[in-house]
Amino acid sequence: MLNSRTAKSLGLLLAALTALAAFFASVMLGTTDIPLASLAAAVHHYDPTQIDHIILFTERLPRAVIATLVGASLAIAGALMQTMTRNPLASPGILGINAGAMFFVVVAVSFLPLRTPADYVWAALLGALVAAALVVILSRGRHGELSPLRVVLAGVAVTAMFVSFSQGLLVMDQQSFESVLYWLAGSVSGRDLSLVTPLLPLFGAAMLLSALLVRHANALMLGDDMVTALGMQATTIKLLLGLIVIVLAGSSVALAGMIGFVGLIVPHMARGIFGIDHRWLLPSCALLGACLLLLADVASRFLMPPQEVPVGVMTALIGTPFFIYLARRKMTSQ
Amino acid sequence: MTKSTVLLLSLLLAASAGLSLCLGSFPTPPLEVLGALTAPQNSDITFIIWELRLPRIALAILVGAALAMAGAILQSIVRNPLASPDVIGITSGAALAAVLFLALLSTHFSLHWLPFAAMLGALISALLVISLSWKNGINPSRLVLVGIGLAAATGAGTTLLIVISDDAAAMTAYVWLTGSLYAAQWKDVEGILPWLLVPVPICLAFARHADAMALGDSVAEGLGVPILRSRMILLACSVALAGAAVAFAGGLSFVGLIAPHLAARLVGRNMARLVPASALVGALIVLYADLLGRVAFLPKDLPAGIFVAGIGAPFFVYLLHRTRRQR
Repeated sequence: MLNSRTAKSLGLLLAALTALAAFFASVMLGTTDIPLASLAAAVHHYDPTQIDHIILFTERLPRAVIATLVGASLAIAGALMQTMTRNPLASPGILGINAGAMFFVVVAVSFLPLRTPADYVWAALLGALVAAALVVILSRGRHGELSPLRVVLAGVAVTAMFVSFSQGLLVMDQQSFESVLYWLAGSVSGRDLSLVTPLLPLFGAAMLLSALLVRHANALMLGDDMVTALGMQATTIKLLLGLIVIVLAGSSVALAGMIGFVGLIVPHMARGIFGIDHRWLLPSCALLGACLLLLADVASRFLMPPQEVPVGVMTALIGTPFFIYLARRKMTSQ
Repeated sequence: MTKSTVLLLSLLLAASAGLSLCLGSFPTPPLEVLGALTAPQNSDITFIIWELRLPRIALAILVGAALAMAGAILQSIVRNPLASPDVIGITSGAALAAVLFLALLSTHFSLHWLPFAAMLGALISALLVISLSWKNGINPSRLVLVGIGLAAATGAGTTLLIVISDDAAAMTAYVWLTGSLYAAQWKDVEGILPWLLVPVPICLAFARHADAMALGDSVAEGLGVPILRSRMILLACSVALAGAAVAFAGGLSFVGLIAPHLAARLVGRNMARLVPASALVGALIVLYADLLGRVAFLPKDLPAGIFVAGIGAPFFVYLLHRTRRQR
């Protein structure tokens, strides 16, 4: 772990540089490699007759942007959830929030004339809210405490519920097979950049709010009383943090479907390197989350060519060993 | 009280099976059904009753019973009412193996081998869950968590296979995953039967141990129960039952979760009574889900799994809410 401020700042800088490198790798590598020169040329004067330029702007760039946004958002959401529930296994994927958002999006896309992420992001947010509320209601003990195993089980049950509903829709309406599968498997590809930009204010607002609440999040880790000492109700803070989680996870699902485990792994990595202080934890989560998803996406292009592995599958395969490790290590004390 | 409950459930199941025999895309009056059952002739009705509906109903009952018993046993082992074969990854392991078979091997082997593939998958994932959660014996909550992790990985593997295989195979795999009793035959019924006949008596024989373990490991140890051995044997029964059900009917989720809950409210958590009662409740659930799938959206024959999940999931949420308030 890095201790001094200088070391942490350097660490963050390094993480930022790695994320930048991963971003460039994501833009340049694939079935057609795009050399740096033509990247520069495309940025300076875009030429629609050049295949490289078209691939770059319609496929690679949106993909890298989505991976960056979604990776960072899911990681921050996971970190905040782990703080709120004081549960090392909490994350938007495990606790069913992604699945709730995904199901509502699938319903919105199948039954309503909503075609762009900006239209159905509201469905995703509603779904995330419903799932989060369900999990909280289901897992509260007698005195309102959230028992760790029960939270996880409630999350898994809620996930199972929403996933089987989506599968049911899929089987009943085989026309939408491809699109439903896209949401279930999770993917950052196949979206135009113009579809992403309307969602940017949403991501921006949630991240800004999380930056404003770092002190309160720190206090929340120590106990509800500490938040009161900062002059705020613990419940208010929890609701605000919950709102951030829902907006970040819901918008991510609206863009990329169900991508699990980023929100679980990254906060643990970030805590291992930068410590538990949210002032360092949240930015490092954002950078490392972006890194992880960008790299997973790049790897997914090369795993079994010419097919691409859905990036949600990649993160699940990377994340499972880590989850089992955590379950073995952290949950034995109870 | 409890004996009459079990009797009542059995009667209900018999009546429901009778109802299901009469309904379908070609509705048959009860008397004609009775005639075809007692005196089979060489007619369309006899064929429909004996070769189409009866095996399907029998399979629905057996599959539902197997899943429910698997769930009841598992919930008592891990002392958690939220555990079930689908939650801890046994079902998804079987599903992965089955989809692997459908996607890669179905061109070389006949579909008769599908149940064996699924069973093998269930066994492998159960062994993985046990060995990965092993740390000076088996701690129930660790078992559940490791199972959840493994279920995520096998689920991802299944998605991957579906995405990379061609559309027709992918759709077959998906219908299978949802859980369907479409085109059930007598040989399926014969195939699944041994997988119920062996584990059920064993599990009933160990019912006392399970009851003792439900009070906590230290109490059970004090009562002289060989905890590890009993736990492993009961777990093996649960895996065999769940694997068999998945092998013959695909991934019917939620039966293993809600049937034991319902049964426990009727007869209590005593294993010797809970297991038979769960079996009956599970059989009823799958029977009605399949009936709905057959007749509700004619001419479509929808997978039973849709209805099990559609009714089971909200009901499960309700149950969970209730149990929380009671404690």
